[in-house]
Amino acid sequence: MIHLAGPYLLAAALVGLGVFGVTVRRNAVLLLVGVELVLSGALVLLVTTQAAGADRWAAGSVLPLFVITIAAAETVVALAIILTAFRQRSRVDLDEPSRAAP
Amino acid sequence: MTALDTAFAATGLVAVAGGLLAVTTRHVVHAALWLVVALLGVAGSLLVLGAELVALVLVLVYVGAVVVLVLFALMLTRAPIGPDLEHAVGPWRTVGAALLGGAVAVLLGSVLLPLAGDPVERSDVTSTQVAGRLFGTWVWPFELLSLLLLVALVAALAVSRIPREEVPS
Repeated sequence: MIHLAGPYLLAAALVGLGVFGVTVRRNAVLLLVGVELVLSGALVLLVTTQAAGADRWAAGSVLPLFVITIAAAETVVALAIILTAFRQRSRVDLDEPSRAAP
Repeated sequence: MTALDTAFAATGLVAVAGGLLAVTTRHVVHAALWLVVALLGVAGSLLVLGAELVALVLVLVYVGAVVVLVLFALMLTRAPIGPDLEHAVGPWRTVGAALLGGAVAVLLGSVLLPLAGDPVERSDVTSTQVAGRLFGTWVWPFELLSLLLLVALVAALAVSRIPREEVPS
């Protein structure tokens, strides 16, 4: 027997922490830490539906695998963009004003 | 409180504490390392919920690959050793972000908690069943994922080959 309030609270707390991290960070690489926390909150919710016995086609186990893979692909592309931007302007500050168009 | 509830509370606390330190610490490398703690806590919670395959994939892909990538990116962008004073934010930004994050958490919690109801019997889905569904019902989305990974790989290569733009002087 397990009470479902625990997983729901954990998912809400993780998403809240992730949103806080995305908003407060100025370092572009550390923005991804917040995104990972939001996604892990979603994972907890998906697995909870399976533990409650409310899923069909084992979706509670399969969809988290999809989310993890897509998150890995997203991180790879985001880091490539951040590294290219760092080579162009040698800073990863998100608050930096964009350069005026020539 | 059953044994499962207690175990879930312990792993959930590890996850929340790790996440809190990951988003608040001033040391950039520590932020990535605290993310490892948070993700291990999440993996433990998933184990308690009975999804051992997802927990193992989470540890392998997130802790093994994504956090290592983030650490490499921090080194390549010349992250300082010690507190990151260059990217420090003012108190108002911190308060605003805390209000936003707290509002999101409270909103989600107030929507989800009424759905909790009474304790339920944990339904176990074995890895054999998951594998059968993954290569049966979900086989086409699963194959598309490999295409997505290939596209992401090629896109990352293409983006990183953009030549350095000459700064007009």
